[in-house]
Amino acid sequence: MYIIIVGGGRVGYYLSKALLNEGHEILIIEKIARFCDIINEEMGSVCVLGDGCEAATLAEVGTARADMLVAVTGHDEDNLVACQVAKHKFNVPRTIARIRNPQNETLFKKLGIDVTVSATNIILEAIEKEVPTHPLTHLLTRADKGLEIVEVRISPDSKTIGKPIKKVPLPEGTKLALIIHRDRKPVIPNPNTVIREGDQIIALTTPELEEELRANLIGI
Amino acid sequence: MKVIIMGCGRVGAQIAGLLEQEGHEITILDNDANSFRRLPPDFKGTALLGNGMDEEVLKRAGIEEADVFVAMTQGDNRNVMAAQIAKHIFNVPRVISRIYDPLRQEMYDTLGIEAFSPTTIFAELVKEKIES
Repeated sequence: MYIIIVGGGRVGYYLSKALLNEGHEILIIEKIARFCDIINEEMGSVCVLGDGCEAATLAEVGTARADMLVAVTGHDEDNLVACQVAKHKFNVPRTIARIRNPQNETLFKKLGIDVTVSATNIILEAIEKEVPTHPLTHLLTRADKGLEIVEVRISPDSKTIGKPIKKVPLPEGTKLALIIHRDRKPVIPNPNTVIREGDQIIALTTPELEEELRANLIGI
Repeated sequence: MKVIIMGCGRVGAQIAGLLEQEGHEITILDNDANSFRRLPPDFKGTALLGNGMDEEVLKRAGIEEADVFVAMTQGDNRNVMAAQIAKHIFNVPRVISRIYDPLRQEMYDTLGIEAFSPTTIFAELVKEKIES
């Protein structure tokens, strides 16, 4: 694949190295000459000095034939514009943007950026998984569809332990998909499935209903 | 009308002053408190310190009730991103943005932002002056 990377900082640098090793054709656009020189010395001529948000620069590096553009500068606004120019002026099929403010995810999705990556959110998710007392973990979020897949853990103090699912009021619009118990096979829950301590319940919900779902599942 | 202006540079501050004289309700944003010195001494609108690309700051500025949002910072990308937040997240009826780069200005104009490029306008102005 031909992949254009906007931003030759740390993220762009290591990303390019990895992608080159995988055999992809890479081109980096970087504004700072010093960074550009370092990359070109180490990796061969793969870095062009310029502004990756400018249509002229993007034209020069053959963006029209790129399979993907990845914008990984440290500024959300620059990453957004680079991706938008790539999409609207050069019809790049896939754009990926790094974001620093997790709130920007919604905007970027709305504006047609295919993938957003937020280090803040990734770290947050890792913490949620590590901390067993945190009763709700986001496994997958499709912001554009208003859909989430979440995991709710049944802690020892949950009031629903020993109750069958049919006795637990679930908000309309949510669905339990799977119950994983420590030492038995995962089951697709039916109304008679009993909730046990330590269960991990995988459920489909909307962002608005997640809090109610969590509260009802653990019985507070 | 309720108008939010992002960027209290020379242009932003002057627009704020002019619109206020006409009786509009103005909130002006800048992430440097020092910039507010450019506002007219009798300015009675709200000067708010903060980043106009941050949804929480925009909410504090009252963007949910705003009729017009004007992006007037030095950065094209900053302006364009804030303008798109105003338009697509907060549904502000009129969104105006300064974009120096004529190519980007053209593109965002077709994407529904009222974008104008001082570069193009000024170049044409000077050309006319010379040729007249």
